[in-house]
Amino acid sequence: MALADARACLPALRVGETDPQADADLLQACATLCEMFTPLVALDGADGVLLDVTGCAHLFGGEEGLRMQARRTLARLGLHTRAVVADTPDAARALARHGAAKVVPPGETAAFVAGLPLAALDLGADTHLALGRAGFRAVGELAERPSQALTARFGAGLATKLARLMGREDIRLTPLRDPPACMAERHFPEPLGAMDSLMAVLERLGREVGAILERRGEGGRLFEASFFRTDGAVRRIVVETAQPLRDAPGLLRLVRLKIDALADPLDPGFGFDALRLAVRRAEPFDQSQADLEGKPDPDGDVAALVDRLVARFGRAQVLRFAARDSHDPLRAAALEPAAAPAAPWPEPDPGQPPSRPVTLFDPPQAIEALAEVPDGPPLRFRWRRVLHDVARAEGPERIAPEWWRVGARPPATRDYYRVENGQGRRFWVFREGFHGEGEGRPRWFLHGLFA
Amino acid sequence: MRAHGLTSLSPAPAAAREASPAAGLARAALHEFYAAAPADGPAVTGALLALARMAAPDSPILWVRHAFVDRETGALYPPGVAELGLDPGRLTLVRARDIPSALQAGLEGARCAALGAAVIELWGEAKALDLTASRRLALAARTSGTLVLMARVAANPQPSAAETRWRIEAAPSRALEANAPGDPSFSFTLLRHRGGLAPGEWRLEWSRDHARFADRVPDASPARTGPALPGAVVPFSADRPDPPGAAAPVRRAG
Repeated sequence: MALADARACLPALRVGETDPQADADLLQACATLCEMFTPLVALDGADGVLLDVTGCAHLFGGEEGLRMQARRTLARLGLHTRAVVADTPDAARALARHGAAKVVPPGETAAFVAGLPLAALDLGADTHLALGRAGFRAVGELAERPSQALTARFGAGLATKLARLMGREDIRLTPLRDPPACMAERHFPEPLGAMDSLMAVLERLGREVGAILERRGEGGRLFEASFFRTDGAVRRIVVETAQPLRDAPGLLRLVRLKIDALADPLDPGFGFDALRLAVRRAEPFDQSQADLEGKPDPDGDVAALVDRLVARFGRAQVLRFAARDSHDPLRAAALEPAAAPAAPWPEPDPGQPPSRPVTLFDPPQAIEALAEVPDGPPLRFRWRRVLHDVARAEGPERIAPEWWRVGARPPATRDYYRVENGQGRRFWVFREGFHGEGEGRPRWFLHGLFA
Repeated sequence: MRAHGLTSLSPAPAAAREASPAAGLARAALHEFYAAAPADGPAVTGALLALARMAAPDSPILWVRHAFVDRETGALYPPGVAELGLDPGRLTLVRARDIPSALQAGLEGARCAALGAAVIELWGEAKALDLTASRRLALAARTSGTLVLMARVAANPQPSAAETRWRIEAAPSRALEANAPGDPSFSFTLLRHRGGLAPGEWRLEWSRDHARFADRVPDASPARTGPALPGAVVPFSADRPDPPGAAAPVRRAG
């Protein structure tokens, strides 16, 4: 119907632009919210959510209870929903979209599906039209026919779809997010807002998860605490640890640090409905034994310290140096997240003063320098508007660029000098290129500072 | 002096220590190091790397750096750290956005007994580092037994709970052959000692191969400021026109 026709029928019609992105976001939010019922949630088209509730219904007072609670939860977002619990995802989907059933008892799917119109097959308008011309009106009529004849006429897709609809064949959902290694959760009879109570619940969940992990001989590396708020918002606090962990107080300390460091605080609003602690990644847990003197393993303590710092400041700020096999000063070292294992560093030459500065500028800082032609060290240079007279110098150390890395125009070769000024401050400066090569004079840079 | 008292960890060599025990750095305490001038920041960094190397020959070290220090003096460069004798693989670096988070990270480190040392580098005056904050650090260090070193660049010495307070300045190195800069040299000035020992000044040279500071006799050979042989010299500025006469060979730059 065109908009003009619709307006003619109903003058008070309210018109809004479609916003597919906002719809998709809302559906995503619904799916996230539905994770409070089961960790296995998948999207169904642009307007549906499929939940695998196997083994979850008893937590909500049976399948009808779960269905009602899911509808109530989504109704708080202002959504009118249709929900069906059935044996297979296809049957539940078809019944929700085209039928009137609520909860299909196990094994009775075929009877409920039989009365659905052909559109419930969802095989495209052409197939539906062809089936209609062949005289079929309902799904049940198709099911009575021999499947070979249907396959020969309408393709294998129809037979498969029919088997799934009738509950003869089951498929698993592909959930939006991988199911966790293990998890524990609490649903509150009343919304809970007090941080202390939430933390107490979280600690209990931590102990439950820890017990599961202990039975498996594992420890968690990546934990996720999900806070389901009454108004439908879901906050997730993710904690990563350097070593497998299953000790609830330690985990709780990390979660607290993380919550304290949140840019936008965890706003309880009218309270939280449910709290879940999931272990997203688990690894074998090595039992560490204290040595004979009873001293704990220092590596473990440092790993715990790193965990606390990462929880507080984020992975990108807690780092470790890693050696790289490169002569280019800028590539000779890299920063890695501190949880990574350390690689050995080359030993410095004995008997020599340090050949590399203790701090490095990236990119190098331009300086103005006065130097002897062609490759003498600078005699004086100006850096950050301060003039430095060079008292001692050593060089050049010629460092060519790594031509196998660069593009069509390789950067110039650099001659590095260690220089010291009259006050005893030491600098690492270089000249880019050679005199008489290219246009203009070679430029000078300060690359690092020595102790 | 407290029970843990002095250790072998000392920026001063044996002779100086006999003359002034104040030079000893007690473990399980907080020590402060002020850069004499902002340009001495790298010298303080180097001196603390050396002190951390002495205090913790093979245990992990937490290095907390205020992001502003990185901006002003460049980022900590691991090959240079290795050149000072400290294995960079033992460092855990925390880049703190501001001074309160640097102190928070430092405090976490000070509480961790497994660390050889926790180092905090701050730039500028720090309102967050009041007596309470420094007392908290000192108490954490005393409880855990970790050495806590605090570098302050571009800041004036403030009252604090530190065990000792030092000023560090870069000192001219002893020239090697062909007037090359030698081992890193520092001038340490003891400003305050809780044990009440008299302030003093030491000029020390860090020897990486022996992993200790050596006493420095004043340099006998004056530094040469010019080239050994006169030669052609490029004009000072690359982007400005040459001053009149500068195109002619200059015999001496000074």
